[in-house]
Amino acid sequence: MEAPAAEPVLSAEALRGRLLRGLEAEHVEVEDTTPARCSTSFKVLVVSARFRGKSLLQRHRLVNELLAEELKHIHAFEQRTLTPEQWEKERGSLQ
Amino acid sequence: MSGSLYWLRVASRLRGPTLLWGVRPLSQAPAGDGSASGGGEGGHGSREAVERLVRAHPVVVFMKGNPAQPLCGFSNAVVQILRLHGVQDYQAYDVLQDPDLRQGIKNYSNWPTIPQVYLNGEFVGGCDILLQMHQNGDLVEELKKLGIRSALLDAEKDQDKK
Repeated sequence: MEAPAAEPVLSAEALRGRLLRGLEAEHVEVEDTTPARCSTSFKVLVVSARFRGKSLLQRHRLVNELLAEELKHIHAFEQRTLTPEQWEKERGSLQ
Repeated sequence: MSGSLYWLRVASRLRGPTLLWGVRPLSQAPAGDGSASGGGEGGHGSREAVERLVRAHPVVVFMKGNPAQPLCGFSNAVVQILRLHGVQDYQAYDVLQDPDLRQGIKNYSNWPTIPQVYLNGEFVGGCDILLQMHQNGDLVEELKKLGIRSALLDAEKDQDKK
């Protein structure tokens, strides 16, 4: 673990970048849901091949570990974690 | 193990307004701030203390507020999902009543958020995971392992008859 930077940047774009790089994600959506809640809140969708063969709990733990510093400053954090195959299926059913 | 299952069956017959939730006495003043929690014995947030709470019941929820009055949308969602499945008999702890417990449960599960759901002493996840388990049918299966028949199964049957 490196020494954490003073304050993590809490923007949807910054989180998106972290998730894309940190999880080699092929698709990431980050929604800033702060206005709907009382404090800093985000909702994320992460599509990554790294989730293959992992339970929901394991997937969420990967995300939580990657964003450990940020989560200390985030009040509410919703996440969905899909494999590329699940994402493909989901998009297919929407069309 | 079978003992607790038996107890569960007995308890599940006691339907009605017998909702259980955090009735732990909070008389002991928290020792210091949350940073001191997680170690040693005696504190509400110690691993041993949390472990006892986690294993106090087959279905345990750590939440903000209580099932009758959740104080957070995510905690409320967990309560509503359990209600949908007809799970009325569970143990809920209100972490807002106890800063040591609030930090202690996060340390225990290495999970940063509340609510947290435990089935048979095992950490299952938070609101997102419970919701997805509800949607994909896993929750029905997990409840079955505890000897709890999800009310949704009966609801489906009724629909089939129509």
